[in-house]
Amino acid sequence: MGMRARMADLGSALAPVAAGMGVMAAAAAVLVPVLSGAPAIPPRPHVPEPPRTAVAAPAATGCTEENAAESLRPSDADGDAVQRIKKAGRLVVGVDQNSYRWGYRDPDNPRNLIGFDIDLAKAIAKDILGPHPHIVYRAIPTNQRIDAVRQRRVDMVVRTMTINCERKAQVAFSTSYFKAGQQVLAPKRSSIDAFDDSLRGKKICTARGSTGEQQLKREDHGAAVMTVPNQLDCLVRLQLGEADAVVTDSALAAGQAAQDPTVELKGEPFSTDMYGVAMNKEDEDLVRRVNKVLEEYREGGADSPWTHAYDKWLKADLPGVSGPPAPQYSD
Amino acid sequence: MSYPPTGSAAPPAPPPAPEPAATGTPGAEPPPPSGERAVWAEGLRRLRAAATTEPGRLRIIGAVLAALVVLFGALTAWQVTDRSAAASDVLESSQPLSRDAADIYRSLADADTTAAGGFLAGDRESAASRKRYTDDIATAARLLVRASANSQGSATAREEIERLNNGLPRYTGLVETARMYNRQGLPVGGAYLQYANDRMRTQLLPAARRLYVTETGRLDADHDDATAWPWVALAAGVLAVGGLGWAQRRTYLRTNRVFNRGLLIATAASAVALLWTVGGHAVARAGLDDSIEHGARSLRVLNEARIATLQARGDENLTLVARGGKVTGPDQRDFYEVEYAAGMRDLAGTGQGSDAAVGGKLREALALADDEAGRAPVRDALKNVREWQSRHAEARAENDRGDYQGALAKVIGTDRPTKESFDKVEAALQQALRHEQAQFRDAAEGGRRALTGLAGGAAVLAVLAAAGAVLGIGRRLSEYR
Repeated sequence: MGMRARMADLGSALAPVAAGMGVMAAAAAVLVPVLSGAPAIPPRPHVPEPPRTAVAAPAATGCTEENAAESLRPSDADGDAVQRIKKAGRLVVGVDQNSYRWGYRDPDNPRNLIGFDIDLAKAIAKDILGPHPHIVYRAIPTNQRIDAVRQRRVDMVVRTMTINCERKAQVAFSTSYFKAGQQVLAPKRSSIDAFDDSLRGKKICTARGSTGEQQLKREDHGAAVMTVPNQLDCLVRLQLGEADAVVTDSALAAGQAAQDPTVELKGEPFSTDMYGVAMNKEDEDLVRRVNKVLEEYREGGADSPWTHAYDKWLKADLPGVSGPPAPQYSD
Repeated sequence: MSYPPTGSAAPPAPPPAPEPAATGTPGAEPPPPSGERAVWAEGLRRLRAAATTEPGRLRIIGAVLAALVVLFGALTAWQVTDRSAAASDVLESSQPLSRDAADIYRSLADADTTAAGGFLAGDRESAASRKRYTDDIATAARLLVRASANSQGSATAREEIERLNNGLPRYTGLVETARMYNRQGLPVGGAYLQYANDRMRTQLLPAARRLYVTETGRLDADHDDATAWPWVALAAGVLAVGGLGWAQRRTYLRTNRVFNRGLLIATAASAVALLWTVGGHAVARAGLDDSIEHGARSLRVLNEARIATLQARGDENLTLVARGGKVTGPDQRDFYEVEYAAGMRDLAGTGQGSDAAVGGKLREALALADDEAGRAPVRDALKNVREWQSRHAEARAENDRGDYQGALAKVIGTDRPTKESFDKVEAALQQALRHEQAQFRDAAEGGRRALTGLAGGAAVLAVLAAAGAVLGIGRRLSEYR
């Protein structure tokens, strides 16, 4: 399923938090210059895919946790990238097919992919290619997301991908289309009520190398931590009684809750992750175009396409989200 | 298993009969004993007295010869019975147990592979695939009961059997849960299947493997017992024949008579018994060694190859179930793809071309097979492994391109899928296993047959030889009356 690396992403998003705590500030200044600019043919992954630790936030690009979600101003001008897609007559989108409610196979028709991410991809394709666009979905494993974009195996990746500085050095992101955060998932009847001391003496499951694991290392509230390869494996452990609660990001936790009516999200998210559409750094016009689509997607309050999609896919298990995060622009 | 021993253990009993008769001569009239030491002293005194006269000496010689011959017969019967029992154990106990353990091991691996294949097919899983899974589990459970009944002696075996008995229902529970979620189209089904596979990979299969190793170790031990030379019996035989020869030479030197019919018969009977023992053992050893060399060893390698095949197939299926969700190593490679590649390497070596391979279980099996009928299926398996690898590469390329349906079709579809290659490899290995199993049986059977009747025969010959010795010496003795 590939949430492991995704969770890891959260780690790098949080990296600056650590830095803010006064650990890394100097180190970052020393380590950064490497990644400045946008290399035409970037060397093979400079930054390893699972950024485990809070290392080297690329400050040379001016990226910090506060402005990481900033993107280019929207525009519907056709540049090279948009024209290339139009000429090909199809949009190639990297998606997940195992992430419940976000991108997964329709149980009634397994050849079809459905979910919140898929609806967004469709809206983008319609805007570029017209009312009945030809979309090619490529199921990209988590560890292939950045390479797929950089090697142009896909035009974009729409796959619950967290925006962070480390990734921004390698790919370009749209404005954020969803705000999530680490959260606790436990059985409804459980005495656990949030990421707090109610965890004491409990067994907590989290994905290996994930932000959840880092959080629990910092503060475990007296709980025993068990790690598994993938966040969904935690639901298995929870159902089998091998774990009492799960710590994972709220969007994915919602996917778990949707598969098991006896569990629910507990308390508030205790971190922030912004999801964005990833594209090749050279495709500036495409980034602007997607941001334009997102503007329209957010527009209309309770009647906006975004809210429709949220109501359809996520509201039942991830209630209380009032709307999309406000876009931030860097230019 | 140990019928021959009880059957032929009886004969050695009669020989001791002549013994009292022979030893009775020197110390026949026991004085009223005043204590053990006194008896000994008295016996020694009489013996010394007897040795000073020729008749006395002859009596002693006769007694010693008869005792030697009887000892030889008894030792032979005893040691041969042991070996023939061990040979029977090889055939009827340890090899079947080792085969059962191999079948448990294989059934479990097969169940896991079949479950993953069925999961991928989803609601289109064939009835045959379901049945195969159910049969595998049933076979494993049945053989575990049998193994448990037959492995009284081995604590290791019992421990592993218990572990397997505990783990199996848990495993099937996980697989059924995975199936149920999969039918509902929920991704957590895949997580359940991976957890089931993880249990199988890290607990059940290692336990099954240890059980297999234990049972196979017992086969080796039985084989070693069956093929050990009966040195003690042989030494006694040489001593008996030597003693008889010396007695005849002595008679010849004293009387100038060349033949003493009794001693001659004794010598001939002892020599026949000795030669029979040597010959029978040589043949039995050859057969049993052959069964190990060309049967058991091949079976072992082929069984391992089969497990590697099944596991590689399971991993291939799981690459499509996990969809890149489980990664390994610093470069975050797909866990199941890495495992698949390792399995294939184990099977067919590192080479990629049709014959470039060096190493690998199949090469090893090919080298061990001693006839064309054994080599042909292994060669066939090797060829299909190559085909499988090249088809897998295509499927993998589709998957990396993001065409999941295309990759799925190449793995479990109908147009040249990797499943076809896997099935062919499986079938070829099965054929090779059948052949080697038959070879093993033939050779071991031949080995055991060579020991048939030897224990009883040796006993009868010993009695005959003892009688001859006593008669021969008696004839000489009569010349002094």
